[in-house]
Amino acid sequence: MNTCRTSLAAMSSVIAGSVPRMMSSTMRAGAISTVRGMATATSEPARAASSPRMKKFKIYRWNPDEPTSKPSMQDFEVDLNECGPMMLDAIIKIKNEQDATLTFRRSCREGICGSCAMNINGTNTLACLCRIDTDLTQTTKVYPLPHMFVVKDLVPDLTQFYKQYKSIKPYLQRTDYPEDGKENLQSIEDRKKLDGLYECILCACCSTSCPSYWWNQSEYLGPAILLQTYRWLADSRDQATEARKLALENSMSLYRCHTIMNCSRTCPKGLNPGLAIAQIKKSMSL
Amino acid sequence: MVVKRVGRLTGLQRDVLSLYRSCLRAIRKKPPESKRNFLIFARRQFEQHIDISKSDFTTIEYLLRKGHHQLETYSNDGVRNIAV
Repeated sequence: MNTCRTSLAAMSSVIAGSVPRMMSSTMRAGAISTVRGMATATSEPARAASSPRMKKFKIYRWNPDEPTSKPSMQDFEVDLNECGPMMLDAIIKIKNEQDATLTFRRSCREGICGSCAMNINGTNTLACLCRIDTDLTQTTKVYPLPHMFVVKDLVPDLTQFYKQYKSIKPYLQRTDYPEDGKENLQSIEDRKKLDGLYECILCACCSTSCPSYWWNQSEYLGPAILLQTYRWLADSRDQATEARKLALENSMSLYRCHTIMNCSRTCPKGLNPGLAIAQIKKSMSL
Repeated sequence: MVVKRVGRLTGLQRDVLSLYRSCLRAIRKKPPESKRNFLIFARRQFEQHIDISKSDFTTIEYLLRKGHHQLETYSNDGVRNIAV
């Protein structure tokens, strides 16, 4: 996993410069994947027919109905000429055509829902935003999110993650409301402070890439939840700032972050949970 | 998983027994007419894995987690009865 992390570091530094453009182009690619797949097939029929591009996948399998059996890796082969460009396309194709028992979460296939978070070639990412590596000599390995209990195959148990999210009270808390009975207004500058925070889709990629979260999952909130905490601390309309800070005033909830920064490297949406945590720490100490 | 032999129990065995006891405690809070159903259900959950080796830690730990999860779900007051 370590070697993969290093290559990821290089990749993320490239992405960092042009996050919004990268995101929108990848998403668009995902959205029209089926159309593009068909276009390739029709424009190059000779090539498609003569040389199938078989790509190998190794996918983590574990069935809870046989609790005494050990987890195993199962091999699959997919012809990339007949498959969309994203990992999710390949996994759905495998489920449709090869093994219907393969279990995974997916919904929007365009990086908005955060369901298809999994560990692909050692990197936590969304399968729908991850291109299939077209190097046919390499096997692509797919695991569920690391250090989470597995429900089945690629489905991790996120109960604890959602409990922690609930514990930070992720909603607007106010004691008084505007006199006209309409919405709580916010200046454009104040709204800008939420950019880079509100986009988080809670896919849990960052939290499950954090060694500190691996070892202290029960008490440390983890980068995803802390990013959300900061999203509410930074919101000019929220009036529970002191109470929110008080809840973090212990050695575990916030201060288990040792700025390892795996979170910011891995975030499939190009957000920076590490920076948000640093901001919380700063506001706590001032 | 259920221990018949009397003797020193391992930590894992104590965890299993303590889960079983919390099940019994949760059943006490259920309506009198459905208590029996809950008891049958709870016992069946334990008995169907009775022949798992006591050194198969990973499996027992998984079943314990699953058990606690089920207990949390079924001990909700909204669950009035269970089909067995």
